[in-house]
Amino acid sequence: MAMNSTGRGETRPANDTAAATATFTGNRGLQIEESLIFEQGQAGRTAVDLPAPMTTATRLGKVKPRAAIGLPGLSEPQVIRHFTRLSQKNFAIDSGFYPLGSCTMKHNPRLNEAMARLPGFADIHPLQPVSTVQGALELIDDLAEWLLALTGMAAVAMSPGAGAHGEQCGMIAIRAALEARGDKRSKVLVPESAHGTNPATAAALGYAVESIPATAEGRVDLEALKAKLGPDVAALMLTNPNTCGLFEGDIVEIARLVHAAGALFYCDGANFNAIVGRVRPADLGIDAMHINLHKTFSTPHGGGGPGAGPVVLSEALAPFAPANAVVRGPDGFRLIEHPEGQSFGRLKAFQGQMGMFVRALTYILSHGADGLFQASSDAVLNANYIMASLKDVMSPAFDGPCMHEALFDDSFLKDTGVSTLDFAKAMLDEGYHPMTVYFPLVVHGAMLIEPTESESKESLDLFIGTMRHLAERARSGDAAHFTGAPRLTPRRRLDETSAARKPVLRWRPTEVLDEAAE
Amino acid sequence: MRYLPLTSDDRVAMLARIGAPSVDALFADVPESARRSGPITGLPDHEGELGVERQLKALAARNVPAGSVPSFLGAGAYRHHVPAAVDHLIQRGEFLTSYTPYQPEVSQGTLQYLFEFQTQVALLTGMDVANASMYDGSTACAEAVMMANRVTRRSHAVLSGGLHPHYAEVTRTQARWTNFTAADAPPDVDGAEDLAALIDSNTSCVVVQNPSVFGHVKDLSALAEACHAKGALLIVVVTEVISLGLLTPPGEMGADIVVAEGQSIGNALNFGGPYVGLFATREKFLRQMPGRLCGETTDAEGRRGWVLTLSTREQHIRREKATSNICTNSGLCALAFTIHLSLLGEAGLTGLARLNHATAVTLADRLAKAPGVTVVTDAFFNEFTVRLPCDAASVVEALAGQGILAGVPVSRLIPGVPELANLLLVAATETNTQADIDAFATALGGIV
Repeated sequence: MAMNSTGRGETRPANDTAAATATFTGNRGLQIEESLIFEQGQAGRTAVDLPAPMTTATRLGKVKPRAAIGLPGLSEPQVIRHFTRLSQKNFAIDSGFYPLGSCTMKHNPRLNEAMARLPGFADIHPLQPVSTVQGALELIDDLAEWLLALTGMAAVAMSPGAGAHGEQCGMIAIRAALEARGDKRSKVLVPESAHGTNPATAAALGYAVESIPATAEGRVDLEALKAKLGPDVAALMLTNPNTCGLFEGDIVEIARLVHAAGALFYCDGANFNAIVGRVRPADLGIDAMHINLHKTFSTPHGGGGPGAGPVVLSEALAPFAPANAVVRGPDGFRLIEHPEGQSFGRLKAFQGQMGMFVRALTYILSHGADGLFQASSDAVLNANYIMASLKDVMSPAFDGPCMHEALFDDSFLKDTGVSTLDFAKAMLDEGYHPMTVYFPLVVHGAMLIEPTESESKESLDLFIGTMRHLAERARSGDAAHFTGAPRLTPRRRLDETSAARKPVLRWRPTEVLDEAAE
Repeated sequence: MRYLPLTSDDRVAMLARIGAPSVDALFADVPESARRSGPITGLPDHEGELGVERQLKALAARNVPAGSVPSFLGAGAYRHHVPAAVDHLIQRGEFLTSYTPYQPEVSQGTLQYLFEFQTQVALLTGMDVANASMYDGSTACAEAVMMANRVTRRSHAVLSGGLHPHYAEVTRTQARWTNFTAADAPPDVDGAEDLAALIDSNTSCVVVQNPSVFGHVKDLSALAEACHAKGALLIVVVTEVISLGLLTPPGEMGADIVVAEGQSIGNALNFGGPYVGLFATREKFLRQMPGRLCGETTDAEGRRGWVLTLSTREQHIRREKATSNICTNSGLCALAFTIHLSLLGEAGLTGLARLNHATAVTLADRLAKAPGVTVVTDAFFNEFTVRLPCDAASVVEALAGQGILAGVPVSRLIPGVPELANLLLVAATETNTQADIDAFATALGGIV
């Protein structure tokens, strides 16, 4: 079809100034400013049409129906547009590289979502007769069997709702096992590189937390550990691979020492993605480990949850697992809903994060033993490739091969006037989610890069090129580029200090302010 | 393998840059006794979408979806209609595949909906402030008790006999292992318990559920006064959050902390999870509140924006001195809640609540006509207890055989108590039709 180009001018824009990009609406093309849902609603509007009630009779006794709630009314097109616009202000794995160390931001396969939405999984009630949910119980059992095969452990507690919840599960099991043998111990040892949840969990159970220093090689200081181990130590909590992205090569010896002291060994499984299918934690001598299904097994992070944190347990801890438990019997599957025997109790209503179990099992079946082996291999290869490609312009925190994440310190930024945070913010303008920054605490200005197995070599090469460019730019004296970053994101740096000093945690109607002004 | 982009050539080139002879060499730190050079044997290998789908669908087919039959199950999880828009929006990759908003400049979408969620929860519960969600209602309940212990510097909780037994058990488990005490009142079947008499100078809080697990709705104002007179906090638990569209909110009755299971708004039954815990309190207790909080602020150009705030309470800053070890919340379920409640709005939620109540009233009247069946709960929202002339668990099993999910036998939640064996918890929602009610009543009449 011929185009009528009459009156068509030059299609290339003229050179712009900052003022010329200012708009009447504050919008920037596809990036649209969006007010709160409460600022858009009108009384009387709704996006849900309901049938007439069967009766007008009520049975509320002395309780009065409530007065107005204050919720806004909107139609469906308004709600769809509102949340679509909000979504467009988010960085996500689907849109870009998200190398957030310790979080395993791998691809979330869409088959997993489809399977979790099958009515046979999504639309079953947790208290339906057990005879009507045999397939669901089998799914939980199948996933449990896979987790046991991949870890080599004796038992698994499926109910914890997240990694930190799983930590608590494992540590309670440890305390219960010690008390069952009449052994009251008061201390838990935690390396200083640990996730904050480890000491928080141990302290909540009444343990004094003692820190174990790291060696210059980023591993647990074996001599310091030996010195602290004694009859008052209940457990060691250790992440392996550790938060420096390194494998604790002495782990078998560490396990031996811990057990020789009568203590138990909790392993934080946050970094299981590095070794899944390649190393079975049972072969390392641990007693308990949580598995973040939302990391290793790709259930979506969802903006901060829901997660799932099943805990694998050794023979010694298995009897103490919490309710619920699925049991395979001759006449099908049974559900044990009330703590029996030495079980330490219940951590959560019902059976756990079923929706996450479906996704995780789908992921596992898709990969199989060979795919899981390849996935952890690629995750480690990708991290080492980044490390090898950046070590001359950035500063690796430790020597030698890393596992699935590459850790740098900020010594390459010394005297540039650029901090780790500034560097991270400049990455935002380049279209990358920054790595984890300032964690682990044992490394100055830490930058923890976890690429996962989901990135292609092309993607890694562009990232490496970007990081090299930024590192060189920082060292060339262009600090202002970093300290003023980001400039191109939906918002520029936000004032976190004033947010904390005078917290505004909810919307309130402006009439109150207007009345005060009048 | 469809999820893995590296080719064999890529791997060779990358190893060359690294200077390692093989990927196995990168695992040299793993003790030799634990190192494997190939996949774990005895497990199946990778499988295409078609094959995986076949396996999962076979498992799904062996369950009876609640929506495929007349279903009257409640007791902490409720089947409601969720508008199609909710699932469409939460599956947008920008929501689904992002993480905790650590970099607020590129996370304003998540932060803004969390701010909206917090506001909605505060409005619904009648409280000043709410957090960005907890794992579920039961864990929120236990966290509320621990918060009350911190606020009051006391260590004994009184749990109502109308509290969901799983919630009570979760709280007792935390009590046992994190060193406080929690005393259960006996099951409050008739809704007549007097908790005020159990409060003393060591009581940090009274935990009461409204509507109770047996369905009773109550005015809790007098209990709140009794708590406050002795320096204790009143924690109100709500497991059916739709009820807040009709009933006086806990905040108006004097509650100090309100926790709720938010599943009913926006979230499917999912066999028990993932769900979303709501947590709200008074402004004065803000700094003792667990979980993530989103707050309003401005950016470098003075534009309004949102950040995670007051993180000095949290584990990643405070470590062993944190208010809680909680790290993740239930973000995507909170988003589903926020979207569904935005769709409902004031008129939709109050209409939906009235509809639920009306359906339950109709069901109660109908079941009461069955021979030997009495409705135990006088004042209720959408769930009530009936006493059958025989064992409730057997009746539920028999009706399941006839394709009716009749409710939850109390013995499933509280086993081994003969006087509770004939009690059945029955819930009705907007998803139940007159035909469902007729089928249930007729089938029940045929059994008892």
